[in-house]
Amino acid sequence: MNQRIPVVEKILNANDRLAAENRRLLDEHGVFAINLMASPGAGKTSLIEQTVPRLAAELRLAVVDGDIATSLDADRAAAAGAIAVQINTGGDCHLDAVMLQQALAQLDLRAVDLLIVENVGNLVCPASFALGTHLSVLVASVPEGDDKPYKYPGMYRGVEALVINKIDLLPYVPFRMDYFRQGVELLNPGLRTFPLSCRTGEGLEAWLDWLRGETRRRQGEHR
Amino acid sequence: MHELPVAQSILDITLRHAGQHNARRVRTIYVVIGQLSSIIDDSVQFYWDMIAEGTLAEGAKLEFRRLPAVLQCQACGEKYTPLPGELACPKCESMQVKVISGEEFYLEAIDIEN
Repeated sequence: MNQRIPVVEKILNANDRLAAENRRLLDEHGVFAINLMASPGAGKTSLIEQTVPRLAAELRLAVVDGDIATSLDADRAAAAGAIAVQINTGGDCHLDAVMLQQALAQLDLRAVDLLIVENVGNLVCPASFALGTHLSVLVASVPEGDDKPYKYPGMYRGVEALVINKIDLLPYVPFRMDYFRQGVELLNPGLRTFPLSCRTGEGLEAWLDWLRGETRRRQGEHR
Repeated sequence: MHELPVAQSILDITLRHAGQHNARRVRTIYVVIGQLSSIIDDSVQFYWDMIAEGTLAEGAKLEFRRLPAVLQCQACGEKYTPLPGELACPKCESMQVKVISGEEFYLEAIDIEN
């Protein structure tokens, strides 16, 4: 006999459950964690390199680096002064909650205030896989073009902060900031944005202040 | 390339429900994907054939039902499906819009033989 069975179950349920476990683990240890996402080359690792030494005096930092292959990014994060763990996804285009769980097991979470998870460079897939981090941050960059919010709505909708990197290149590339921001505002009204340049350092202070403030605030809630 | 973990998750859910209904075989699996969730493409079927081998769901066909995004203009109330690369209200061009649907990604039903 043939029969149709209604199911209606979210396909990424298992990942969501593991993400909730990761969150519990982070909260237990008073670790504030962000999920840093971007297209390849937008400047995720550069932002980490600029961020780590500037916060190292006041916060204990760890970085989890997701990449398809190589440990180049983790090496850069470690050179900047963070405890760094590399995850090679072996071809997967995003990190998921299982991979983060494995990385967390390699860290002494009691010795970490702020954990930055650097996702795989990709504007599509990482948006769909919750990790258990507290906030998601997207790094956009000027040379990518001003149409990215319109082309990758899922990513722009799912983040709590947006870094606009490489603003030092604005005079040289056709990037309409108004058009870009209009798209962002449509998808994610009131989204906090940090226009900055990792190369010149312009705008970095606002980003660092926010990160510092969020870390302290979250830690206050869980201690 | 996250078709493999997605396929694995679909298989887990399918086998659990098929088992509960004493299925001998799973013929078709219906998956709903919202336009804004853009999570997989049809290549999942290739992975499927690989991972479902030897299970009740071996040879099952995956049917994807794609749901268009529906936005609602907060200024004039117009409900619409945006064209690719467009988001603003087509009627009054307002930028104040709300996403009504389009972010779905779930397993809707399975056809079994028992």
